[in-house]
Amino acid sequence: MIVAALVALPFVPLVLWTFAGEWRFPDLLPAEWSLRGIRYLLDPGNGVLGATLISLLVGVSVALASVAVGLPAGMALGGYEWRFKGIVIFFILLPILVPPLASTMGIHLTFIRLGLTDTVLGVFLVHLVPTVPYTAIIMTSIFVERTGELEEVARTLGAGPWQTFLHVTLPAAAPGVAVAGLFAFLISWGQYILTLLIGGGNVVSLPMLLFSAASGNDPVITSALALAFAVPAILALVIALRYLKPLETDRGRGFLGLGKVS
Amino acid sequence: MSAGLELRNLTHRYTQGSSAALSQLSVEVNPQELVAFLGPSGCGKTTALRIIAGLLRPTSGDVLVDGVSVLAVPPEKRGAAMVFQNPLLFPHMSVAANIGFGLRMRNVRRDQIERRIATALRQVRMEGFEDRRPDELSGGQQQRVALARALVTEPRLLLLDEPLSALDASLRDEMRELVREVQKQGGYTTVFVTHDQEEAVVLADRIALLFDGKLQMYDEPQAFYDRPASRRIAEFFGATNFIRGRVRNGAAETRLGRLNIAGVAPSGDVTLTIRPEAVRLEEGENSFPARITRVTYLGTRISCRLDANGLNLRVAVPPDARVHEGKKVTARLPTESLWALRD
Repeated sequence: MIVAALVALPFVPLVLWTFAGEWRFPDLLPAEWSLRGIRYLLDPGNGVLGATLISLLVGVSVALASVAVGLPAGMALGGYEWRFKGIVIFFILLPILVPPLASTMGIHLTFIRLGLTDTVLGVFLVHLVPTVPYTAIIMTSIFVERTGELEEVARTLGAGPWQTFLHVTLPAAAPGVAVAGLFAFLISWGQYILTLLIGGGNVVSLPMLLFSAASGNDPVITSALALAFAVPAILALVIALRYLKPLETDRGRGFLGLGKVS
Repeated sequence: MSAGLELRNLTHRYTQGSSAALSQLSVEVNPQELVAFLGPSGCGKTTALRIIAGLLRPTSGDVLVDGVSVLAVPPEKRGAAMVFQNPLLFPHMSVAANIGFGLRMRNVRRDQIERRIATALRQVRMEGFEDRRPDELSGGQQQRVALARALVTEPRLLLLDEPLSALDASLRDEMRELVREVQKQGGYTTVFVTHDQEEAVVLADRIALLFDGKLQMYDEPQAFYDRPASRRIAEFFGATNFIRGRVRNGAAETRLGRLNIAGVAPSGDVTLTIRPEAVRLEEGENSFPARITRVTYLGTRISCRLDANGLNLRVAVPPDARVHEGKKVTARLPTESLWALRD
């Protein structure tokens, strides 16, 4: 309960400001209420819906692509022993070790040459830079714990390598895949700098709108945008935690092995 | 349907240059026979099983099924279903889906799958559990489902890797009988890996005993008690009576005097062994004076420890025998029960 209250507390002024008409110091609550913030969000002229769609589109694609890359990487890193593994892990982690601004400068030049700047595709690609390392690491931790015995059983029962992957490995890894995908989505959803640098102001995602509003002088609009920005992310997290419940009870382990959540 | 199996000079090293986990193992298993690979942990028995299943490639040697080498055949095509120490049921599938797994992978027709699942469940006495989830079953029930899952594929070879060792004692006896019954009924050629000599004796038609990756002896269970090939084998099967001596003119000079031995033993040093229940407390050939130092009542028999000229011997006598500690007796080692060990 206390945790829930602590999490919810910062949202209270956000919600109040969103619906505030007039709110002067030192009043505890707004003197007047209004739906100006909500109207702003829904007005097509302000581009909030469009930005949300862009953010969703990029976020979901990034999540899917990161999982598609991270799953085989995690299988290779977690499931098998081979030479130079340490070096490969280092290279996979490099994008989150190097400051993104530094690497994105180089990426920017390359993308200009490839004509990928100012495009949604370019933004999608550059979002993969910070997300793939995380998904690969999460997947690795899943496959380290797996012994491969379930797969061996499947093989002796007559399943080929692909059938085994499809019917045994993938379902067993599903909760981890969901977590990794969610992380990738959230990282992409909250991305500002990379979107700004590669999108060049032409690709307008929710954080872009939020930043420009925050540097403006209208707390109602800023709060409304912040809510629009936070709610989908929180929803995604809640859904994912629900989905992960079986993992918790089956193996007696909590969320990502960090202990019980909630 | 069930096949003959032959292992030919099977050798395996897990890493290059390391000592062999398995060394020159050659074993033939007849169709419908149940052979136990027996040995302490690390003796190579599981390595051998994994090679038969195709999960491991041997460093050298060959595996033949019905006379044909299967080394190049991937595990899913070998028809060698394996049951592991842990049930390893697929956690996201119901009991019925688990059992039907192998059939679905082979694209067997749906109605046929259902019929065969029902038969398999009956075989392992788990009717009515079709829709349960693996985590709703006890360990013993899970292992039965694992067995059914292997049987339903009608394997040419049934490979069991210590399938009972994770179960508690009472359940183990019950499962032992079930395995034996199912194996006999279905006529599956079976390799059963175990470290428990009692289990091997109860279940197996023949036992292949392995120490340190090497085959020590391959014979019927009784032979391991009556004619062990070495002192180590005899000890593994619980023998405790060992009498060192030297053979001359068909008899052995020992601390107990001159003992006649059956057959022609080569001259030289020898260790004689005899089962406790074969020792007689009576006069006659090969008899000598002894003193009872310990009497332990075991219900169906009495176990005595004898001291004969400084040598300890164990004797099992019927429960109605009149024995007590300190009693002086005459003990006899019947010629036909004395077995000479090389080493």
